[in-house]
Amino acid sequence: MGEFDQLYRELILDHYKSPRNHGLLEDADATAEGQNPLCGDEVSVSVRFGEGDVVEEVGFEGRGCAISQAATSMLTDLVKGKTAAEIAAMPKEELLGELGIPLTPVRLKCAILGLGVLKLALNKAKGTPLPDEWGTSVRDLVLE
Amino acid sequence: MAVTTTPALDAARLRADFPIFEQQIHGKPLAFLDSAASSQKPRQMLDAMTEFYETSYANVHRGVYVLAERATEGLELAREKVRALLNAPSAREVIFVRNATEGINLVAYAWGLSRLGPGDLVVVSELEHHSNFVPWQYVASRTGAGFRMISLDEQGELRLEELDAIASEGNVKVVATGVVSNSLGTINPVERLAAWAREHGAIMVADAAQAAPHRKVDVQAIGCDFLAISAHKMCGPSGVGALWGRAELLEEMEPFLTGGHMIRSVGADGTTWGELPHKFEAGTAPMAEAVGFGAAIDYLTDVGLDAIGQYEHELAAYALDRLAELPWVTSYGPPADRRAGIVSFNVDGIHPHDVAQVLDFEGIAIRAGHHCCQPLMRKLGVAATNRASFYLYTIPDEIDRLVDGLHKVKKAFA
Repeated sequence: MGEFDQLYRELILDHYKSPRNHGLLEDADATAEGQNPLCGDEVSVSVRFGEGDVVEEVGFEGRGCAISQAATSMLTDLVKGKTAAEIAAMPKEELLGELGIPLTPVRLKCAILGLGVLKLALNKAKGTPLPDEWGTSVRDLVLE
Repeated sequence: MAVTTTPALDAARLRADFPIFEQQIHGKPLAFLDSAASSQKPRQMLDAMTEFYETSYANVHRGVYVLAERATEGLELAREKVRALLNAPSAREVIFVRNATEGINLVAYAWGLSRLGPGDLVVVSELEHHSNFVPWQYVASRTGAGFRMISLDEQGELRLEELDAIASEGNVKVVATGVVSNSLGTINPVERLAAWAREHGAIMVADAAQAAPHRKVDVQAIGCDFLAISAHKMCGPSGVGALWGRAELLEEMEPFLTGGHMIRSVGADGTTWGELPHKFEAGTAPMAEAVGFGAAIDYLTDVGLDAIGQYEHELAAYALDRLAELPWVTSYGPPADRRAGIVSFNVDGIHPHDVAQVLDFEGIAIRAGHHCCQPLMRKLGVAATNRASFYLYTIPDEIDRLVDGLHKVKKAFA
């Protein structure tokens, strides 16, 4: 099953089966949730800041496919220690590079759901910008 | 292979009519188990469209030259085939639309907007495809009418005992339900619902997009007022469907889309509408698509809709039996004898996207998602399901491959 191994490589399955930073923070400074209505993936993210808007702790919960949950787990490792502004400016390619798997357009939406929810949480708490392609009316994230 | 009864039709032979099966997917033969979303196309239908384009193509109606006459004849012959398929009293009651969704929107807007108001009720089912749910919810909200759902029992069948309570809440004006559920395969008691609608002076709008490909749909036997179908689910092309409506209702309705072709006379001080069905067919018709639709109807009629329905029952029963062998699979919906060839299921702890993805690597195409039935998904308490759906070209071997594939899914994510 070569194609299977390409998409669901060991690292992805590991994050899916043992998600990092799982569980929402109790005293969070920023939270948001989002879903991909096409497939029913759901992700909630909570963030606690240290000094200078640096993300000190991040926790997530969600349900959905292996790609969406593993990508969110990997994202939480990736963003710790970064400032809200740095994360807001983070291109999705950075996360996709970490994932390192070929994604069809449908699965791409699974992969970047968590990143979108995180950016939304930062926007709500710190007023950091949302990605341009979202327009101005995004409140509850729906990646269609 | 456990299908032991005499097959109602020879699927392996029919399969040869469908060019799509000549290819391999991921190096494996294509097992296409997503016909409820859209069916594959027989060469006979494709040839009919090509021949129309190559020999008879021109814009229809009013042209006085040979090609325009041929094209008009082709379109109107297709209309007659739809009429016969649905046992409609008259071909002028058959309106070509883009798909069943557009047909239902036509009724919701052209009938509903000016006839619904506060105190009125629109009744749909919890099982409904969004196509027959959202237009009614929207028009109800626009007009102030109430919007009610007939709920489902544990087997995914409508609780008809709720009807009296619903009727006591207002004037039932519209009853809108599918004939067959695209998610669970449930066959709805539309005849009874139509009779109930009539008792209350309501119109009955039937979405037969999922029924017409698989069984005989007779508008007079159902007793409905409007019924919509889509060609693409029944071996025809995408981009065309049909709405049937009672002539007396269609005649008193305002138009839905306006523009060319649908007029009688146009002037600066006003425009009058054309006769049925043209009043509801603004702009250039999907001519070649209609011709393909007609050829698809011929194909299905030649195979025999009774035989198709019977065969799909056998496949559904076989699939449910095979899935029941897997204790980590939950399937939804009524028993095989009361459902069409659709099986919705979930694999414990594994998201449908991952299931469908791994099956795709095996050349097996199933659908994973909410199947345009979010109210139903909520009822089932799931975000999404896997759905395998069958048609006249489905062979039991594909169901065996599905089950083998599910074992691989289970192993991969264990």
